[in-house]
Amino acid sequence: MATEKSLNAPGVQKEGPIRSFLRATELDTRILGMVGALLLIWCTFDILSGLVRPNDGLLGGSFLTPRNLWTLLVQTSSIAVMATGMVLVIVMRQIDLSVGSMLSMLAVAGAVVQVFQLGPWLGVGHPVIWIAGVVTCLIFGTLVGAFNGVLTAYLQIPSFIVTLGGLIAYSGIAFLLASGVTIAPMDRTFDIIGGGVPQSWLGPFWSWLLALLACGLIVLALINGRKQRRKFNFPLRPIWAEVALAAIGAVAVLGTTAVVNSYAWPFMLIKQYAQAHGVTIPPGVQNNDGDAICMAGDQVVRCTEGLIYYTGYSLPVLITLAVGAAMTFVATRTKFGRYIYAIGGNPEAAELAGINTRMVTVKVFALMGFLVGLSAIISSARLDAATNALGQSNELYVIAATVIGGTSLAGGVGTVYGALLGALLMQSIQSGMQLLNLPAAFQNIVVGTVLVLAVFVDQVYRRRVK
Amino acid sequence: MTAPLVEMRNISVSFGGIKAVDNVTVDLYPGEVVGLLGHNGAGKSTLIKVLSGAYKRDGGTILINGEEVDINNPRDAKGYGIETIYQALALADNVDAASNLFLGRELMTKWGTLDDVAMEAAARKVMGRLNPNFRRFKEPAKSLSGGQRQSVAIARAILFNARILIMDEPTAALGPQETRMVADLIQELKRQGIGIFLIDHDIHTVMELCDRASVMKNGQLVGTVKVDEVTDDDILGMIILGKKPEKVA
Ligand SMILES: Nc1ncnc2c1ncn2[C@@H]1O[C@H](COP(=O)(O)OP(=O)(O)O)[C@@H](O)[C@H]1O
Ligand SMILES: [Mg+2]
Repeated sequence: MATEKSLNAPGVQKEGPIRSFLRATELDTRILGMVGALLLIWCTFDILSGLVRPNDGLLGGSFLTPRNLWTLLVQTSSIAVMATGMVLVIVMRQIDLSVGSMLSMLAVAGAVVQVFQLGPWLGVGHPVIWIAGVVTCLIFGTLVGAFNGVLTAYLQIPSFIVTLGGLIAYSGIAFLLASGVTIAPMDRTFDIIGGGVPQSWLGPFWSWLLALLACGLIVLALINGRKQRRKFNFPLRPIWAEVALAAIGAVAVLGTTAVVNSYAWPFMLIKQYAQAHGVTIPPGVQNNDGDAICMAGDQVVRCTEGLIYYTGYSLPVLITLAVGAAMTFVATRTKFGRYIYAIGGNPEAAELAGINTRMVTVKVFALMGFLVGLSAIISSARLDAATNALGQSNELYVIAATVIGGTSLAGGVGTVYGALLGALLMQSIQSGMQLLNLPAAFQNIVVGTVLVLAVFVDQVYRRRVK
Repeated sequence: MTAPLVEMRNISVSFGGIKAVDNVTVDLYPGEVVGLLGHNGAGKSTLIKVLSGAYKRDGGTILINGEEVDINNPRDAKGYGIETIYQALALADNVDAASNLFLGRELMTKWGTLDDVAMEAAARKVMGRLNPNFRRFKEPAKSLSGGQRQSVAIARAILFNARILIMDEPTAALGPQETRMVADLIQELKRQGIGIFLIDHDIHTVMELCDRASVMKNGQLVGTVKVDEVTDDDILGMIILGKKPEKVA
């Protein structure tokens, strides 16, 4: 046995090309699996929706269209932002069941401040209003999260119970704050954060610029990592693997950018914009399949060659990407993040190592609350309204996204990018089924099944890797 | 005579109704190794966990260099230069060896971020001295063997210039060769003037490495003897019968 083992040592062993590629690039195979599953789901929905009603999607349906993918990203934002925080909560062996109710409560609080308090006093549209709405959601969220954390860490009430209580109580507070009615409309500037208006779209030029910047950062990070490792004489990845990693990153960034940059503004918005800004609309032939607008006689019509604006990245998606990057940084590059993982791996060892585990717990819950505040802003701005049911059941989707993304409920294991992918996967399934016009009850059955199946597959995978 | 590095006076700890440590007094001088002996459940681990801040004492005082100090948590203890190698290996299983080594005292870059590369380099250096065969710096601690985990725990205790070192059965998970290495390490640390509390089941180890031995039974101190002045059998008698040998009493 011993000789056999040594023959299998890395380097001596004969590997297939895929294996050696994965080893050299140190890519996370779990994440690759998730990306594969995501692509499979997208293709399936495109084919299925094409069978129902052929469209201009990549495979003949309506899923793999710029419009649907763009919308998918926007719809994912709110859950994805919260999932990045839930990763840290669950890694630390805690849970937060209150995020959905908290979102409703914070959104309603922000709306009350805008619509009932400051609106009548300062006059509609005053710039203080949207800032106050944002600040209210973020600060109130952080405080409520910290409160959950204090009850958990210092009063030693299990977080399951604390946040189950929060799930019930915060929705009650949301109802009282809203007096049971829908609060609308929100401040115009505030609405920009929701991604539904042209001011919240970056446009192709800035989107491409941002994409190039991101590619540059990827390359810089790889070069810097290599330099660091060389400084200490640590083993380096082969150059071709570094190049492959940079290429994969660049293709992902540029591909996504190409998609969002080919989604045109809705017809009505182009028309309004052109008329408001005195842009001349070129003459053309009506074609209802086109995304551009033309003048046919004195009528503004749809056409293929005419005036057209593309959206590019929208603000909620940019916020999500920024949050994802920031939370990855927190999780992997800071002491705070390191402590969260150590506590999740062995709370006693962390305490004995001199970590103030209670303080870390409070901070993680406070951070979770802050992110719920951010999601409350995105959701209410997108809806242009707040109701006490805005975040209903969100806790389930957030936890499901986190777990599908590879975070273990046993603690100690999980990644922010996994949770982001998990959120995208969940939303893809839901959007796909909505495209197919499947009834809501059926959608719930599928989403629930996928959650259980994903965790099962993940466990089988983990066991095999061991 | 110099002042004792550590004095634990009349320490008591109870869990519910059980007095795990009952009015125990021990002390430790610089460059000295004091063995703590006694059956399982005698209260040795509980006593030293009071010193390392893991448990709160119900009574008694702790003096360091003659001054009374208040140790309420592991951070306080580390502040006084007290490092501990725990019996139940206190490693976070999901993070790698270097991260475990520096847990709670991470090296940072000038940007205020974790300097993992520098930590790995330092880990390679200290582990090279302790356990030259150690290679698995990048793997989660759960993939390490008992001996490897133990060497990480020991490395962690000596990396930060401890003045007082507590070792609770440090060789329990080790083979003979690694045990030898720990014994050599103890001798070296002793020469550097570090005071060591050593809990060990093996009387021969204690007789070889320690200057004095304190024996506990049922939470109480049976007595403290100079190792040179007693035989193995005397100490065995203290452990089993709970009586101090007449000649030194
Ligand atoms: N955390 C704890 N909770 C309750 N009882 C404990 C705890 N730690 C130790 N004890 C009890 O205290 C006594 C002394 O244990 P310990 O200090 O571990 O002994 P030793 O290290 O000498 O074997 C035992 O009876 C043990 O059961
Ligand atoms: Mg013990």
